[in-house]
Amino acid sequence: MRVWVRMDTILEMRNISKSFPGVKALDNVNLAVARGEIHAVVGENGAGKSTLMKVLSGVYPHGSYEGQIVYNGEEQRFRGIQDSERLGIIIIHQELALVPLLSITENLFLGNEQAKYGIIDWHVAEKRTRELLKKVGLNEDPQTLITNLGVGKQQMIEIAKALSKEVKLLILDEPTASLNEKDSDALLELLLEFKAQGISSILISHKLNEVEKVADRITVLRDGTTVETLEKDDISDERIVTAMVGRELSDRYPKRTPKIGENLFEVKDWVVYNQHHPDRQMIKGINLNVRAGEIVGIAGLMGAGRTEFAMSVFGKSYGRKISGEVFLHGRKVDVSTVSKAVQNGIAYATEDRKTYGLNLIDHIKHNVTLANLKGVSNGGVIDDFAELKVANDYRNMTKIRSSNVYQVTGNLSGGNQQKVVLSKWLFAGPELLILDEPTRGIDVGAKYEIYEIINKLANEGKGILVISSEMPELLGICDRIYVMNEGRLVGEMPASEASQEKIMRTIIRAEGRV
Amino acid sequence: MSDIASAETKPAQPKQSLSAYANFRDFGLVAALILIMLFFQYTTDGTLFRPLNLTNLVLQNSYIIIMALGMLLVIVAGHIDLSVGSVAGFIGALSAMMMVQWGVPVVPAIIVCLIMGGVIGAAQGYWVAYHKIPSFIVTLAGMLVFRGLMQALLGNRSIGPLPPQFQLLSNGFIPDFFPGYGIHMTTMLIGIALVGCVVWSSARNRIKREQNGYDSEPFALFAAKNIIMGGIALWLCYLLATYKGLPNVLIVMAVLIGLFAFVTKHTIIGRRIYAMGGNEKAAKLSGIRTDRLTFLTFVNMGVLAALAGLIIASRLTTATPKAGLGAELDVIAAVFVGGASAMGGVGQVLGAVIGAAIMGVMNNGMSIMGINVDWQQVIKGLVLLFAVVFDVYNKNK
Repeated sequence: MRVWVRMDTILEMRNISKSFPGVKALDNVNLAVARGEIHAVVGENGAGKSTLMKVLSGVYPHGSYEGQIVYNGEEQRFRGIQDSERLGIIIIHQELALVPLLSITENLFLGNEQAKYGIIDWHVAEKRTRELLKKVGLNEDPQTLITNLGVGKQQMIEIAKALSKEVKLLILDEPTASLNEKDSDALLELLLEFKAQGISSILISHKLNEVEKVADRITVLRDGTTVETLEKDDISDERIVTAMVGRELSDRYPKRTPKIGENLFEVKDWVVYNQHHPDRQMIKGINLNVRAGEIVGIAGLMGAGRTEFAMSVFGKSYGRKISGEVFLHGRKVDVSTVSKAVQNGIAYATEDRKTYGLNLIDHIKHNVTLANLKGVSNGGVIDDFAELKVANDYRNMTKIRSSNVYQVTGNLSGGNQQKVVLSKWLFAGPELLILDEPTRGIDVGAKYEIYEIINKLANEGKGILVISSEMPELLGICDRIYVMNEGRLVGEMPASEASQEKIMRTIIRAEGRV
Repeated sequence: MSDIASAETKPAQPKQSLSAYANFRDFGLVAALILIMLFFQYTTDGTLFRPLNLTNLVLQNSYIIIMALGMLLVIVAGHIDLSVGSVAGFIGALSAMMMVQWGVPVVPAIIVCLIMGGVIGAAQGYWVAYHKIPSFIVTLAGMLVFRGLMQALLGNRSIGPLPPQFQLLSNGFIPDFFPGYGIHMTTMLIGIALVGCVVWSSARNRIKREQNGYDSEPFALFAAKNIIMGGIALWLCYLLATYKGLPNVLIVMAVLIGLFAFVTKHTIIGRRIYAMGGNEKAAKLSGIRTDRLTFLTFVNMGVLAALAGLIIASRLTTATPKAGLGAELDVIAAVFVGGASAMGGVGQVLGAVIGAAIMGVMNNGMSIMGINVDWQQVIKGLVLLFAVVFDVYNKNK
C-alpha cells in the first residue's frame, strides 16, 4: 500500500459490485493501477476477473454495476466500449476478435479505418501497419490473411491493434492461454517494453510463473471479492495460491476409498488423423485401459490431443482414418457413430458445454433427456410425466440450482450448466464416462459437488476417464494418471506417486525426445 | 408449453416459469387473431363471418396452412425452403397432365404426385443435409427449377378441367348423414365430438398432473380457457353447418394439424428436430443423426407441398402456370408471425397455424373492404415485421 500512494495512479476502481440474476459476481472489489506498471489480476475461474474487466471497459455500462471508476483522476461513466477506448483503455479478450478472412491491415484498422470522407487510403493504412508490426516484433506482409497466421502471431496482431488506438492502459485477458512457451515469452517481453514506454498493463493470467516474471504487483480475487494486493517483494507461489484458494488445498477434493474392479474399458492401437489435414497424424497409437470403479486421468498440455482422442473414441466425432479397437468388458465394441457408442455404454461430456453440450435455448428437462429419449418414451412417444420425473430426480441428485426444471439452460451459471451436461450423460446410463475438462470455468463450490458426483459414479462401479488441464485436479481425484504429449501416451503413474513436477518432467522429457 | 396447444390438442405440460412467456406469446397471438377478426367483421359489415365467406376463407387458406406445417419443421430445424410455391405449382401441373392428358385415374394420380413431392424434397434435402449446402441456395435453385419445369410441362397454358372426383378434394363437403334439420347436422356432431375429446383429454391430463403432485393452473383459468376455446370452435362449426357443412379439405387440414402438433410435442423425432435447431453440434454429440433428420424434414416438406399443389389445382379445377406463385412467402410469413425463430429451435405448430390464419383473415377482410392489392401487400409486410419485432423485443426484456 505505502508504495503506490506515492506513485501516480492511472486507474482506480472503487467498491465495484455487479450482480447477475442469482449470482453476485463482484462484491466491493477494489483495484488500483499505477502509471507504467504491469499489474496482474489472478484468481480462480469464476473469481470475477473477466467481469471486472468488462465493467472497466464499458461492456457492462455505467448503471449496470455499483461503485466508481476513476481514470486519470476523473470519474468515468462508460456507456460502451467506445467510451473507454477513446481514453486509451484497450482490452484484449481471451477469444481473439479478429476476422480470419481479412488481411492484417484490414483487421488492424477495423472500426478505425484510415479514411477520408469514407474512402479508405490503403497506402497510409499499409504504412502504419508496417510501423505497428515492427513495434510488436512481427515481420509479416500487411496483406497476409489472419487465418494464415499462427495463434501466437494473431495475439501479437491484437496487441498491434491496441497500439493503433494509442493505448494508455492495456488489458490482457489470459493472453498466453493458447500460446506455446516461445510465443508467451515474446509477448511478456513486449509487455516489459511497453512498460518502459509508460504504458500500463493489466495482465489476467492463470500461469503464476509468468505473473511472477513480469508483474509489479498482483491483486488476488476470490469469489468476487478482492483478497489482497501483493507487492513485488511479497510475491511467491504459496502466497498467491493461499490467497486464491483461501484454504488448504487438501480439502478441495472429497475423500474416497477406491474400490477398483476388473478391466472395464480398453483402447488398443488407436490412431487418428487430422480432420482437416488428413495426412497429419493426431493420435499416434494409443493404448489405455480403465477398470471398473477407477478414475483415470489424462494429463497433458493444450494441443496434446486429449480431446481429439476422446472425441474420436466417442462415435468418431473427431478426425479421419481412425483405426484401432475399443473393448468394454473384454468384448470388442463398435463405436463408429455416437448412438452406437452410447448404446454400448460410452458417454463423453464435452469440454465446451455451450457449443457441444447444451441446447442453450431449451430448458433443463429437455436437455437432460436428450441423449436417452428412449428411456422416457414408448414407441417413439415421449411420456411427459416420466420425463419430468427423470429431470427432477437428476436435478436433485446433481444439485442443479434452479427454480425448477423448466429453466432455460442458457441462463444457468457455468457450474449448473455442467451439472445439466453430467445429468444428461448419467441418464444415458454409461459404463464408461469420459469427462473432458469437467470443471472448466466453474467456481470452487460447484467443483466440489462435481467431484462428489464423479466419486459416486466410480463407487457404483463405473469407469471414469478424466481429461483436465488442471493438474491439481487430476492429482486430487484420480487413481491413475496417463500423461499425453503430441498424440502419444508418454507416461503412466498411480496418482499416489504422481506430482505436478513429475508430470511436467514427463512431458518435457517427451518433448526432448520427439 | 402453450395454453392453446393444451386446450386443443394435447395434455398440457406443467405451467411453470419458463412457460410464462410462451403462454403470454400464444395468448397474444390468439388475442391478435380475435381482434383482427372482430375488426374486419366490423369494417365489412358482418360479411367476414357469413357462412359462405367463412367457408371460402377455409378453402382459400388451407394450402397455406398445410405447407406451414412442413415449413415450421424446416425452420425449427434451422433451415428455410423457398421452393414450396414452385413445387406445389409443378405438382399441380403434373397431376393435371396425368389425369387430363394421360388418363390416369384420380387416386393413383394423387399417390404418384405425393410420392413425387417426397422425391423432390429428398432431392433438395440431400444437398442441404449431406453436403451442407445452405438451404437458402438449394431451395432458391429449386424454386427456379420447378417453376420452369412446370411451365415447360404445361406449355404455358392452362390444362383442365380436372375430373369432378378430384375437384371434390377442395370444393366438396362431407356428406350429411342426418338430413332434415335445416343445418348440416353431421358437421355439428363432429364439432361437438371434437371439442368434447379435447376438453376430456385436457381434463384427464390435469387430473394426472395433480395425482403426480405437480402444480397446475387455477381451476377457474382452466375452465375459462376450455369454455372460451370450445365455445369459439362450436360457434365456427355452427356457422359452417348453416352453409354446406365441413369442407373436405378442412378435415384433411385438421387431421394434419393434430398430427403435427402431436409429433412436435410428444414424439422423439419431434424433440430431436427442436434440439437440432437449438444446437446442432450438441444434438449430434447426443447421438442424434442430424443429417438424416434434416433430410427427413425436407422430404416431409416436399410431400406437404405436393398435397398443397393438389389442393390448389383441385380448387381452381385446372392447372394454371401461375398456381402457387409466391406461396412460399405467405407460408414463411405465417410461420414467423406464429413465433418461430429464424435461428432455429423455436416455433409451435399452433403458432404457425394461427399465424397463417391471421394472414388469411387479413387477405380476405381487406379484399372484401376493396383495398387495393398493392396496399394489401404493404400492410401484410408491416404486420410480419412488427410481429417479429414484438417477439424479439419481448424476448430481450
